[in-house]
Amino acid sequence: MSLIKYESQIREPLVDGHKTYHDVTEDICHTIEAKPTRLWYIGFYISLALLLFGAFSVYREVTYGIGQWNLNRTIGWGWDITNFVWWVGIGHAGTLISAILLLFRQRWRTGVNRAAEAMTIFAVMCAGQFPIFHMGRVWMAFYTLPYPNTRGPLWPNFNSPLLWDVFAISTYFTVSLLFWYSGLLPDLATIRDRARTKFRKHFYGVAAFGWTGSTKHWQRHESLSLVLAGLSTPLVLSVHTIVSFDFATSIIPGWHTTIFPPYFVAGAIFSGFAMVQTLMLVMRKVMRLEQYITLSHIEVMNKVIVLTGSIVGCAYLTELFMAWYSMVSYEQDHFFKYRIAGPYGWSYWLMMTCNVISPQLFWFKKLRRNIAFTFVMSIVVNIGMWFERFVIIVTSIYRDYLPSSWSLYYRPSIWEIGFYLGTFGLFFTCFFLFAKYFPVIAIAEIKHVLKSSGESYKGKMQPIEKLSDEEFYETTHHEDDHHENAVKVGHN
Amino acid sequence: MALKKFVVGCFDDENVLFPAVGKVRTAGYKIHDIYTPFPVHGLDKAMGLRDTSLHTAGFVYGLTGTTTAVTFMSWVFTKDWPMNIGGKPHFALPAWIPITFELTVLMAAVGMVLTFCYICQLAPFIKKHPFHQRATDDQFVMVIECTDKTDELLLKSFLDEAGAKEINTQVAEEGWWIGRYDQDQKLYNEPSVA
Repeated sequence: MSLIKYESQIREPLVDGHKTYHDVTEDICHTIEAKPTRLWYIGFYISLALLLFGAFSVYREVTYGIGQWNLNRTIGWGWDITNFVWWVGIGHAGTLISAILLLFRQRWRTGVNRAAEAMTIFAVMCAGQFPIFHMGRVWMAFYTLPYPNTRGPLWPNFNSPLLWDVFAISTYFTVSLLFWYSGLLPDLATIRDRARTKFRKHFYGVAAFGWTGSTKHWQRHESLSLVLAGLSTPLVLSVHTIVSFDFATSIIPGWHTTIFPPYFVAGAIFSGFAMVQTLMLVMRKVMRLEQYITLSHIEVMNKVIVLTGSIVGCAYLTELFMAWYSMVSYEQDHFFKYRIAGPYGWSYWLMMTCNVISPQLFWFKKLRRNIAFTFVMSIVVNIGMWFERFVIIVTSIYRDYLPSSWSLYYRPSIWEIGFYLGTFGLFFTCFFLFAKYFPVIAIAEIKHVLKSSGESYKGKMQPIEKLSDEEFYETTHHEDDHHENAVKVGHN
Repeated sequence: MALKKFVVGCFDDENVLFPAVGKVRTAGYKIHDIYTPFPVHGLDKAMGLRDTSLHTAGFVYGLTGTTTAVTFMSWVFTKDWPMNIGGKPHFALPAWIPITFELTVLMAAVGMVLTFCYICQLAPFIKKHPFHQRATDDQFVMVIECTDKTDELLLKSFLDEAGAKEINTQVAEEGWWIGRYDQDQKLYNEPSVA
């Protein structure tokens, strides 16, 4: 018997509707077992077309070299690294939701964690493309790996932030994938055991690894999830920290700041949650999951967005303050002449509007719970976060130390844009396949919280709330007696 | 591989299952396993399973990662190929922290997942005997192993009394998974009542 009298009614139920365990299975598995809709095919083929265009753009770049992008000697990092940081940032929400919120015992994560983790993995896959192809001679990418080679052996420079990135991104991808897949095993087994068609029986039979739901296995599974969450928590913070080191350890005005790691991590969570909102709002509607991804889920994520958006805003203002306070003319010129003003000033103000000013509207509860507004805002935030990286990268380097190498007319080429669109294709192709063939909501985890946080069970709490403490003690005490008696009867 | 007889009882409510586990164990029956659709907290304790030490393994794997990273990078930069990078020290420990950390996490995570899969005997193409198709849906499936002394009918009526909804007998291979049987699962005292 629980010692807690009741769970507060202030917390809304995490699962609406009066569901049984079987209803949960049915609700989440029905999209997997039904034929894909026309909408799914349209979305999937558009994504596939984008992916193919991206592949062609990459082919142009690999064949003819980096010159296919409009990068020049001054602006050596343009759209490519902007896109890299943007995608990595988006990839932060999934692990944050599944790991950090697990450690903080935030139960609302169960509704969104599976899809958010999938999003993380696909976003990191997209992010990885950019630094790899930015190498130019991509066939030499393996030079970054420390293996005994015939060149000395000459090892990579372990003191370089760019090499740290190689380790950080690949570790992040591997650990997220393991975390995601180990959580998927029980749910894949659920689908396997319901399968009617030959394909599903075989496919999910292989994918579920022979999971049975044995108590011992569950015990180990819980231990594994907890430790992986504990490992992923510092990992997720370290990844964007290391990405920010790519900039912060250089000596370029605008990059050389110690504020970068926390500022980047907050920005990553900010854009990641925005992307989760974009995907979830569409997914819950199309797949009819409104009872699992409820308005209160959307509201809490909006609260995270307004918090991280404000942190990011503080960081922008701190940068300006430090530039002024430092009395270093390079820093001051850089920030006040070339960043907030000058030819790229529009991108700075676009970033400020999207990231700092507009999310403040989420202080109003009505707007936090408004689906259409949230959807628009999630896209606005992602545009803003893309421009944040663009501002950091391009406006820091287009005014070089020598005025003779100042560059102004950086505009991306079609192949540079094509590469970016291609990663959208990759991301959404993967996401469409995931949404069709995998359980988008963690079935076992929803069942686990169903009795304590489902609507019907929350409803039962109402009479208990009215009891006085003595009455409550009496009822629970009797039930305990009853249990003991039952055991004794069995014993006799 | 030897075939064994199991009596299978399905429960549809964990609040019925818990007292039933107590009854079955006090009666001296050997619970082979209980298959549940989600982790039921406290069931492992109720069944008398010992705690898993998977997290200790994870700690050891993590330490392996830390030592590998630090020793390898120091060997490379101080012994094998010392590089002069702007006159900075060869043994640049602060600069190695990111990679050391990443390798710690990587080895701990990969090692733990592989160990998990090994000790639970999970891998692609492995098939295990399904005692009940809905054990991954909404049934809590208690599987009791029959020994020479077990009276099957008595056991079935016993389970019925304990609240099981669907009861049947199944014969399954004892070693239907690879490797040895999990030795942690010594759940019972030798049957005394049955």
